[in-house]
Parts: sequence; C-alpha cells; structure tokens
Amino acid sequence: MKTLMTRALDLAQSAGAQYADIRVVENRTESIQVKNGVVEAINFSDSMGFGIRVLVNGAWGFSSSRELTAEEIDRVSKQALEIALASGFVRGEKVDLGPPVSSQGKYVTPVTIDPFTISLEDRLGVLLAADAEMARVDGVRVRQGNLVLIREKKWFANTESAFTEQTIIETGGGIVATAVGDSEVQTRSYPNSFGRQQVTGGWEMMLQWDLPGNADRIANEAVALLTADPCPADTTTTVILAGDQLALQVHESCGHPIELDRVFGSEAAYAGTSFLTQEKLGNFRYGSELVNISADSVSPYGLGTFGWDDEGVEAQSAPIVKEGNFVGYLMSRETASRLEKVSNGCMRASSWNRIPLIRMTNVSLEPGEWELHDLIADTDKGIYMATNRSWSIDDKRYNFQFGTEIGYEIKNGKLGRMLRNCTYTGITPEFWYSCDAVCNKNHWNMWGTPNCGKGQPSQIAHTGHGAAPARFRNVKVGVFRQ
Amino acid sequence: MLGREKAKDICKEVLRRAGKDAAEVILSFEEQSLTRFANNYIHQNVAQRNVTLMVRLLWGKRMGLATTNRLDGHGLDILVERARANAKISPEDPDYPGLPELAQYVAVDAFDQATAGYSPQERATAVGTACRLTGEKGLNGSGLFSTGTNEIVVANTLGLFGYHSSTNGDFQIVVAAEDASGREQGSGWRVTDIPTESLARSAIQKAEDGTDPHLIDPGEYGVVLTPYATEDLLNMLNYYGMGAQAVLEGRSWMNDRMGEKVMSELVDIRDDGLEPEGVPMPFDFEGVPKQRVDVVERGVVQGPVYDRITARKMGKTTTGHALPPTMRSLGPIATNLFMSPGKTSTEAMIRSTERGLYISRFWYTRLVHPRDCVITGMTRDGVFFIENGELAYPVKDLRFTQSYVEALAKVETVGKETRLLMSEFGGQATRAPALKISEFSFTGLTA
Repeated sequence: MKTLMTRALDLAQSAGAQYADIRVVENRTESIQVKNGVVEAINFSDSMGFGIRVLVNGAWGFSSSRELTAEEIDRVSKQALEIALASGFVRGEKVDLGPPVSSQGKYVTPVTIDPFTISLEDRLGVLLAADAEMARVDGVRVRQGNLVLIREKKWFANTESAFTEQTIIETGGGIVATAVGDSEVQTRSYPNSFGRQQVTGGWEMMLQWDLPGNADRIANEAVALLTADPCPADTTTTVILAGDQLALQVHESCGHPIELDRVFGSEAAYAGTSFLTQEKLGNFRYGSELVNISADSVSPYGLGTFGWDDEGVEAQSAPIVKEGNFVGYLMSRETASRLEKVSNGCMRASSWNRIPLIRMTNVSLEPGEWELHDLIADTDKGIYMATNRSWSIDDKRYNFQFGTEIGYEIKNGKLGRMLRNCTYTGITPEFWYSCDAVCNKNHWNMWGTPNCGKGQPSQIAHTGHGAAPARFRNVKVGVFRQ
Repeated sequence: MLGREKAKDICKEVLRRAGKDAAEVILSFEEQSLTRFANNYIHQNVAQRNVTLMVRLLWGKRMGLATTNRLDGHGLDILVERARANAKISPEDPDYPGLPELAQYVAVDAFDQATAGYSPQERATAVGTACRLTGEKGLNGSGLFSTGTNEIVVANTLGLFGYHSSTNGDFQIVVAAEDASGREQGSGWRVTDIPTESLARSAIQKAEDGTDPHLIDPGEYGVVLTPYATEDLLNMLNYYGMGAQAVLEGRSWMNDRMGEKVMSELVDIRDDGLEPEGVPMPFDFEGVPKQRVDVVERGVVQGPVYDRITARKMGKTTTGHALPPTMRSLGPIATNLFMSPGKTSTEAMIRSTERGLYISRFWYTRLVHPRDCVITGMTRDGVFFIENGELAYPVKDLRFTQSYVEALAKVETVGKETRLLMSEFGGQATRAPALKISEFSFTGLTA
C-alpha cells in the first residue's frame, strides 16, 4: 500500500507538482431496511479506491480510480497533473498551504462492542422486534426500521512526509411510524429524524437506544398527531426546542455559515455563501451571552470525530461562539493561510473519488444550567417542539424555516395539548440573540447528521452536533396555515 | 468505457457464481470530470472512474443484496457469497414478484463521442471565456462545467440483458454583483448543445439588471416563473408523489385525487424514458422497458409511475420505473420528465401582467406537508417586480410556503420554450417551460 502511495507522490513531484497527497479508502457498509414487517433490503457494500490531489503552479488538480495497481496509479497521477495544468489556464492567486503537515500515526474509533461482530440474526432481530411493537398500534400505516454499520479504513500520505492510517466505525439505527388520516399524514421518528441516529461507536449505542422499547410510544404519538390541534398560525411566542431539533438548528444556522470556503465564495454557485463575513470574526454578536458553540473532532460518539482530517491535520477542538461573540471558523490549510492562521482540521472528503472540502466536524451548543423540568415550569406560555420534519435556509444562512414532527403547548409552566404541523421561522442572529436558557449536561446529547450535502460533484458528509434543549423568545411560529 | 461485450462478460461471471440460485446484476460504469470555478477562476477540478456491481440473489423467496467495485475473481466471489448470506438470513419476501423475463428494448440515442472525449483543457477554455466576461464587467463568476460517460447494464439468470451507454454535459454559472446575482444552466447529452458563452452573457445581464433591489412585503403575488423555477415544482411533485409507492402509503398529493382535475387544464406532465429531448434510457433498474406515462393530462391526475413490486400490489402493470434494489424504500420515480410547452413567450407573459413577480429560481426547497405538496423555500438569483407589463425593479429575496398542487391549479399561461435541466440529486432529467401563475404565497423576507 505505502509503496503505491509513494509511487504516486514521487511521480507528481518529478512532474513539477509543488505539493501532492493521496488517500486510499476502503469502505464497508452493511445495512438493513425493514418496512411493515418485510425485510426490503439486507445489503453488504464494499468500495475501495484512491484519489490523488496535486498542486501545480499554484493550481489544483484531482483524479481518482477504483483500481489500486501501479499502472492505474501512474495513469491517475498523470491525469491529475493534466487537470492541474488546465486549472492553471484560469488561475487565481497561487495557493498557499501554510506550514507543512507531517502527521504520523494510527487511529481507530473506540468501541465497546464491535458492531460487525453482531450476527445478522441479532441485527435483524432488533428491527423486527421494534416493527412488531409498532404493528400493535391501530392506525399506523407505514412502519420502518433502519440499521447501518460502517467501517472505513483510510490511508493518507503527502509530499511533506505525512503518513496516517485510521479506521472509523459508525453505528446507526432508527425507527419511523407514519399514520395517515383524512388528508393528513403524520410521522414520528426515534431516536432521530429521517430514519436514524448515527454515531462513531459500536453496538453499545444500539443497545442504549432500545428501539423496541420506544416503538409503542412513537407509534401512538403518530396516530395521536392525526387529530391533534394544529400549531397556532402566524403567532409570535416563546419556543423551547428539544435537543434533536436544536442539533439541526445549530447545523444549518451556525455550522454552515462558519465554513471558511463559503465565506471566500468557493460554494457561491451551489451551497451559497455566508453572512459571517471576514470582518465579523471577533467583532460580531452572534447570539446571547448564554450561547457557546464549539467545533471539535474529538468528542466521543460524534460523527465528526477522527484522528486526522483529509489533509493530515490532527483532530482538535476550537471555540466558534463564545458568550455570544463570533470567534472562529472551520478552516482548511489553504483558507486558514489566507487569514494568516493555521488549519483547525476540517477538510473531509466523503469518499476516495471526492476532494476534501471544509466540512463540519462536531459543531455543538455547549450545555447551560437548566433542568428541563425547571425550564418548562419557568415558561408561562409557549410551544415545545421536537424532532425535525422540514428544514430550509437561504444561501447566506440567514433566513430559516423549520418544521417539527411534534409539539406541545406550554401553559402556566406545564406541557399541555399536543400540536401537529409545527413550524417556526426567523433570522439567524436575531434568533440566537433571543436564547435566554439552555439546559444542562444531563439533557445534552451528541446527535448525528449523516446526510449533509455540499460540493459539486455532490458529497454527503457525516457530522455531529451536541445539544440540550434551549428556550428562545419572540419566535414566529405557524408559518403554514392549516 | 467497458463496452457492451466486456460488461456482458463481467455480468456472466457474477451470474455463474450464483449457481442454481436466481440472481440479477446491475453494473454501472462512470467516468466523470468536473471543472468548478469561483471568484472568476478555477478552484476545483476533478475526475473519477468507477464501476459498481450490485447483485440481488434469491434464495427461494428470500432476497439478499451485495455491492462492490472490485471486479477481480476474489471480489466477485465475496460479492455473491455476501448476497447469498444476506438472502439466507432474510425472511421470505411476500412482495417481490421474482425476476423479470427477457425483454426487447428500443434503442435510444444518448451517447456522443465528442462529449465522451471532452478534455480538461476544453472545459477550461469555456470556463476561461465565462470568467473573462464576468471579470470585464467587474462581476464575480462561479459555477461548473462537467462532462462524463455512463454505462448501465442489467442482467439476470433468466437471460435478460440490457446495455445502455450515455454521455452527459452540464454548465452552470452564477454571476454575482454587490447586491444581486444572475444564474443560467445548460444540460444535455451532447456537450456541443450547451451554449456556454451565451449562458454566461445572460447570467451577467441578469446580475446587472438585479442591482439595488427593493425590499417588498411578503404576501400573495402573481408570478412568472422561469423554467428553472418550474423545474423545482416538477421535481418536488415527482419526489413526493408521482411514484406508486407514495400513493400506496397514502402520502402522495395524488391520493384521493385520481381522475380529478386539480390543476389548470393547461398543465400536461408526462414521463417518457425514450424521449431524446430529455436524457433517455431504454429500461429501468430491473431491466424492464420504459413506458410513457401521462401523469397529468389537461390538469387531470392520471396516475403514478410503477415498478413491478408496486404494480403487483396495486393490480397494475409496471411502467418501467424501478430504482436500484437498495433504494426500494423510495419506490419508483419518474426519471425523464416533461411538462408540455404552451404558445406564449416569457416576454408576452410579463407584458400581460399588471402587478406581480418574475422569479428566476427557487432554492433550498423542502416539504412542509405531503398531501398538498406544501413546500417552503427561498427565491434566489434574481426577483423582479412586474408593473404594468414591464420588469419595473429588482426586489430582495423572499421566502415562500406554497402548495405546489395549488400553484399548478392557478397556471394562467405556459411558456412556448422549454429547457432541459439535470437535477442536483439523483441525476434525473426534467424539461420545463416558463409559467405564469395567478397567485403564489410569500411568507418571509431575508436581508
């Protein structure tokens, strides 16, 4: 392996590349999908390949292939060089990567129970047991269960003598109940939206989630939502967001705008830019003084946790919002150097056939002081909303609108009637400035977002977001008239 | 490229390993290059070559799947062994109708040698021209130019064999001024059909026209939608309800509306896998020949597209719209979608509008509620206020929350020109016209 990787780097350097790196990635994914008691798919997926990135005359080229042979290494290296030369035909400022990176070492995701040692029977058994529980509830039209196990081995080397080897293990699972009534469709998911919760870690998390033990509850909630009162229309009120919803709020309204490539316009044609422009760094009130947000790649179970990023930069933790003030970006070597800083290790590629881009690691809202019970008791009037159902945000990450699967009215410090089709909307800094309470570490959880899209060609990243429930004042709810 | 014969040999090798078990292979070859630019220069420039082999193996009525990109003998052994192991553990599947029989395919033309051989330098030349034009105006250009080749093969142990090769090209440009932007896109399977320079000039003009936008109140407005915005309507209606699985599960906008006139009689929507004005493909991912499906005719809902599983459950015949078996949960969807053109130019639509908004594009659209296909999203890359039949002034972006079914019920005019666009997700093609709609609900502002 190392010999082939060195061959690519040597070839690139001898052809005049100032810098080159190569990643070899071997991904094994095993998944199960169950719907209404039928096992729709048990799949084993195996993919291996390599990608070579070269910098020639200050311009980038990248090529990739599945065939890890000396001949193909040569062809792909030459193609990457040819592409870099073409890039140079329409070049901007010469790329400066800053200080060299020469990381060495091995990293393996810590797991208590290696999920790949769990038999297919036992994996399937969890989903079928949960399905049977949901099937007992009248009125549930569609029952779904999902399980995903990933083991990704990655070797990285560059022309600055870095060589790292890491194995990332992910475990994901979840159930969904959908009830259908007269012109109404309601869904409840557990433990997270859109099919599953996912973490870096082992089978111990599947045991902790206890899908069968929560199946009856979510099935009953889906049915009850059909006849629940609708979210009040066009109203401004207090909102308490559950941790699972707040995780996506952090992802969309903080995680994306702090990507420094967006700030520099690299994603302008597709994902968009950012309202957190350069001059705001260290000079902008992002939220109330209770808002503390960090980005790290070291938290246990985070989907953004690893040993090194895809430029070989070591995993680390960095403040993003400190007591409401905006203090940090997610950076690559190239973008950090433009700010005369060094990378904080956020370059990640979704596969061997994609280039690394600045991606979220674990962007998390730090816990506050409140017990959830006390926070609700402290709220005279408002709505508690949980579990994302819909999300949309503008290309600068400013105007957002979210919908949640379930809501509850808060009246005189108590949770009251269930509410369906809850939506809320706002402007990012105004919303975070209205945050006046965050729950404590007892309610804080690391949520996984395994479906973050960015880049062209498209890349799907897995990101982590720690969050506990928090309260926001004067939020516009009920955008969708019913 | 692999070529038909090599692809056939690989499939034979897989099916031979299945032995007495019934099995199906889907082989997909992809060679794709993409040149990306921002701030008037190329900042990302990539290429990839990959082959994916997926096998569905049947152990009696039990089904297992496996996927790999390793084509050596050992890789194929593991592929079939894992599919068999997965089948053995799986309960019997009451819904799967078994492998499809041998089929005859209509040959469709979707391969262009010039596109297949398009070089990084040729892409850079086109991008260079676009960047020079934007730079000369003091504007900021970003976007992409991609070209590629695909081969798709479906084969099974009943002797079915389908091979299809195609090429693709896509050019996208967003031109940004201080407070405005303009966008254009051209897609197709012949790269020479994409007028990159004129698309760049048009995006520049839109950005220049859009400067100094006014803030207007959200509310109900009549709109003229470009084909880019119409494409979003069609794609969302496709994802959330044109497939039989969504109807079966009661979450489609078609539920309780079959045979009813729920859209303007000017609205005709069809899927036609063989139509060369889109991106054609002769068969689906089970190897079933594609049929034309009229989804909406003169505003009347005709019905969804089917694969073999949903057709069997619903007492219908498959229309050849199966996705790969790993995506079974989604059910069938349309992949070569058309909305029939009308007789009116976009300019005439604007001239006939007393007060309304001209919308260049929708962005980040997401489902809020399924049964009426209520969608929220933002406008982007150019909104203009129409007053007394003219584009009076640009306006700032707005958020909308709108039932797309109701929007198509309020279509007053359909544009005579259509544009072929490739979806960002999934790769399906849509050919869409401009539309004039009497009322559209805008629910928020942005800075």
